[in-house]
Amino acid sequence: LCLEPSLYTVKAVFILDNDGNRLLSKYYDPELYPSMKEQKNFELNVFNKTHKADNEIAFLEGMTIVYKSSIDLFFYVVGSAQENELMLMAVLNCLFESVSQMLRKNVEKRTLLDNMDGVFLVVDEIIDGGVILESDPQQVIEKVNYRVRDCVEEQISLCNELTVQLSDVTKVLQVSSF
Amino acid sequence: MIKKFDKKDEESGSGSNPFQHLEKSAVLQEARIFNETPINPRRCLHILTKIIYLLNQGEHFGTTEATEAFFAMTRLFQSNDQTLRRMCYLTIKEMANISEDVIIVTSSLTKDMTGKEDVYRGPAIRALCRITDTTMLQAIERYMKQAIVDKVPSVSSSALVSSLHMVKMSFDVVKRWVNEAQEAASSDNIMVQYHALGLLYHLRKNDRLAVTKMLNKFTKSGLKSPFAYCMMIRIASKLLEETEGGHDSPLFDFIESCLRNKHEMVVYEAASAIVHMPKCTARELAPAVSVLQLFCSSPKAALRYAAVRTLNKVAMKHPSAVTACNLDLENLITDSNRSIATLAITTLLKTGSESSVDRLMKQISSFVSEISDEFKVVVVQAISALCQKYPRKHSVMMNFLSNMLRDDGGFEYKRAIVDCIISIIEENPESKETGLAHLCEFIEDCEHTVLATKILHMLGKEGPRTPTPSKYIRFIFNRVVLESEAVRAAAVSALAKFGAQNDDLLPSVLVLMQRCMMDSDDEVRDRATFYMNVLQQKQKALNAAYIFNGLSVSVPGLEKSLHQYTLEPSEKPFDMKTVPLATAPITEQKTEIAPMATSKLPEKLAPARQDIYQEQLAAIPEFKGLGPLFKSSEPVQLTEAETEYVVRCIKHTFANHMIFQFDCTNTLNDQLLQRVQVQMEPSESYEVLHYVPAPSLHYSQPNSCYSLVRLPEDDPTAVSCTFSCTMKYLVRDCDPNTGEPDDDGYDDEYVLEDLEVTVADHIQKVLKPNFGAAWEEIGDEFEKEETFALATVRTLDEAVNNIISFLGMQPCERSDKVPENKNSHVLFLAGVFRGGHDVLVRARLALADGVTMQVTVRSTDENVVDVILASVG
Repeated sequence: LCLEPSLYTVKAVFILDNDGNRLLSKYYDPELYPSMKEQKNFELNVFNKTHKADNEIAFLEGMTIVYKSSIDLFFYVVGSAQENELMLMAVLNCLFESVSQMLRKNVEKRTLLDNMDGVFLVVDEIIDGGVILESDPQQVIEKVNYRVRDCVEEQISLCNELTVQLSDVTKVLQVSSF
Repeated sequence: MIKKFDKKDEESGSGSNPFQHLEKSAVLQEARIFNETPINPRRCLHILTKIIYLLNQGEHFGTTEATEAFFAMTRLFQSNDQTLRRMCYLTIKEMANISEDVIIVTSSLTKDMTGKEDVYRGPAIRALCRITDTTMLQAIERYMKQAIVDKVPSVSSSALVSSLHMVKMSFDVVKRWVNEAQEAASSDNIMVQYHALGLLYHLRKNDRLAVTKMLNKFTKSGLKSPFAYCMMIRIASKLLEETEGGHDSPLFDFIESCLRNKHEMVVYEAASAIVHMPKCTARELAPAVSVLQLFCSSPKAALRYAAVRTLNKVAMKHPSAVTACNLDLENLITDSNRSIATLAITTLLKTGSESSVDRLMKQISSFVSEISDEFKVVVVQAISALCQKYPRKHSVMMNFLSNMLRDDGGFEYKRAIVDCIISIIEENPESKETGLAHLCEFIEDCEHTVLATKILHMLGKEGPRTPTPSKYIRFIFNRVVLESEAVRAAAVSALAKFGAQNDDLLPSVLVLMQRCMMDSDDEVRDRATFYMNVLQQKQKALNAAYIFNGLSVSVPGLEKSLHQYTLEPSEKPFDMKTVPLATAPITEQKTEIAPMATSKLPEKLAPARQDIYQEQLAAIPEFKGLGPLFKSSEPVQLTEAETEYVVRCIKHTFANHMIFQFDCTNTLNDQLLQRVQVQMEPSESYEVLHYVPAPSLHYSQPNSCYSLVRLPEDDPTAVSCTFSCTMKYLVRDCDPNTGEPDDDGYDDEYVLEDLEVTVADHIQKVLKPNFGAAWEEIGDEFEKEETFALATVRTLDEAVNNIISFLGMQPCERSDKVPENKNSHVLFLAGVFRGGHDVLVRARLALADGVTMQVTVRSTDENVVDVILASVG
């Protein structure tokens, strides 16, 4: 079985949280898991088989899967069984490094979701329709040119909101106790 | 989508994911602020992110709402916020297939792609090509050509990759950009090089010469990108495969030189390419194996995995080449990545010596429960191969397999184990009892009907011949009590076999049968009643015919014959012998092990080849009234490969006739042949009755012509004959381009190779699962015996194979396998002779200088016995 020379290396890429929920996922081969249900089943199967041990590489459902985790996030890159595993690793490393640099090393769910637009752009710069577009994280960061959102400001507003809500609750409680 | 508040979310605090409870309608509502002036980039960005997030979660957007949002989004092009613009591109790509009229953004994107902002240009090209169709492609062609050769790498790369995506859609347009791609290939940027190479290859891949030239050029100029090198290795190995180039080819040299590349990725790609080459010798493999050996001790799991997986492949064909790595592989069997450990062990099992088997099996059983089913199947396959190699180790394996059988696992996994155990039982008579005991235990708690019936069948076949058959009865009868209909029916059949073979068990079996006759299911009751009546006769011949060996006719054939019989009622009873026989089952099991092949295709029962022929021949009016088709031979080539005309012949045997089907192919595109027939000159008293010519034979469209021959009636022993064949036809020359033929033609002929009819064409293979019973059933009325000396044959194996292929009969009781280091052997063959007479052959072989063979033939017809003995002599 010879590998057809092609640039289409990556079959799918996805980022899951620590419950196996999809945060971002892209499938590049229309024949692979065409329906959303099949995709989510596959992701869950992969998650169940990989989240316990940080083993870097697995073989499931006839696919080679390379992965990496960080705190409450799991990054996966999927290729065909015949694909060069090191090419897939290059993609995974580039994805992880780029996200890590962009988020200033805070690779965890909350920060990632706060900068979801940046993450979408990073993935878009690394893989285009299954073809590896860029594999150097430095280049990716330059191209995306994304400024991390300042979370502090948002957290303050969130605190304010919570305080308002709390005082509402207190009022209600006071009223009902009468 | 997940919008419900479930308990878990409340616990973890819904604040952990700001997108958790997004409502599509609310987000689309928010999207109205896109129309506000001035544009608030931050809020708009947030809303676009939400939309893309929803799309990514699989949220369905209706055409109208998507189009509405899309049009609102186009307003955001007025803002100059970089991230916002980039998110617009992403939205365009995501919505390209959902929204209508996406081409509205063409001009904005064209502006961005040719504008001054380099950050916008690449992404704009990719978005633009996503929404462009064939008609619009012409309009942007000029920009694309410029972009491909642009000096900014991201622009060039984007244009190249987008072109590659569009090759599928409009090959002809993209092909015009080949010069630009060529120029881009000499760029300094490694990604541009890679993308240009990929595009060039896709444009030229049908032109082998151009690909070779391109490869030559790039191997000399020396690309810098490791990705491009991997691509070149793949192209080179494909070329080698197509041209069947030897290993002295410069392409092979190139691949080998990549083993010394500084990038591991390239080195691995080259090693893998060499390993996958067909016809690679051990010497050529050696350098590839030694780099893989180095990778085995890499700190990177992916590299270790890649290396051991490839070594596993090598070990299948060249186990000795991998022996050098045994030490490194040993270190991997404790690897924390279980996939690597499994692959290492299964590789070692292939390369290691017999002494290491026990230790490896112990190692693997320590973690077999932790690995996925895919790898478990790999392990079982490795064990299966090992049992064939070291039959003496069967007890260790059997123990291991029975433990695996007790573990949890899916159907595929269990089936692999059961198949493996069954094959061990068949190979090693000593392992039979333990094996059967494990299988008995397994069916006590087996949820897979297919496996349970398979095992019951096995028990019925092998159980009665063990020293203590009585112990299996309990297991089988338990099934009758506890299981579903299919399993109960199989259990009844198995019971009957015990009753038929063991006289002392017969009374108890009859009692059990009586109980089965009260079953709630028709099939089970019918079987029980039938077997009960047969068993009560206590006749060996009846038992053999109806319990052990069953029907040998093809089921669709039987159905058709019975249907025919009911349509034309006649006084005569239905004759079983008119039903075509089932083509012998292929007992040769492929033991080729593909560790990664997880094909889960359901095994489809293809209509038997012979049934197809039967229909085809019945459709020809000249061939009416020949009776049922008895046997169709494998095709015989009557021409050399690559001649003007290719002719192959299939011999169809009927009770008193033969039809020769000639499949002809015309490989000349400037000729049309008409009235094609094959004239046959028999050497014996065979009589050619009729020719059915093929009306016409167009270029590369195969067609068939037929000849009908009557077999000599006066001399039934004349079974072999040689025919000299000549193909005769009318040639009409024609225009190779249009296929338009000339008006005039001329007669011509073409001499074919001689066609042989042998005794094998008159005999159909039939498997008798219990040969001894069948032997007794036929009796010695027409038994004859003769002794022959096979002077030219040197080994028993060779003798056995010669006899089987010469007589075309089915070896029974696995007697086609000669045990090692024996100098005598008994071969049992079974078949049916044309006309429906059973024929059995027992050949005792003894090895001295040559092979001496004593052949005993039994049949229900005396002539048949003579035919066989005469043809062997």
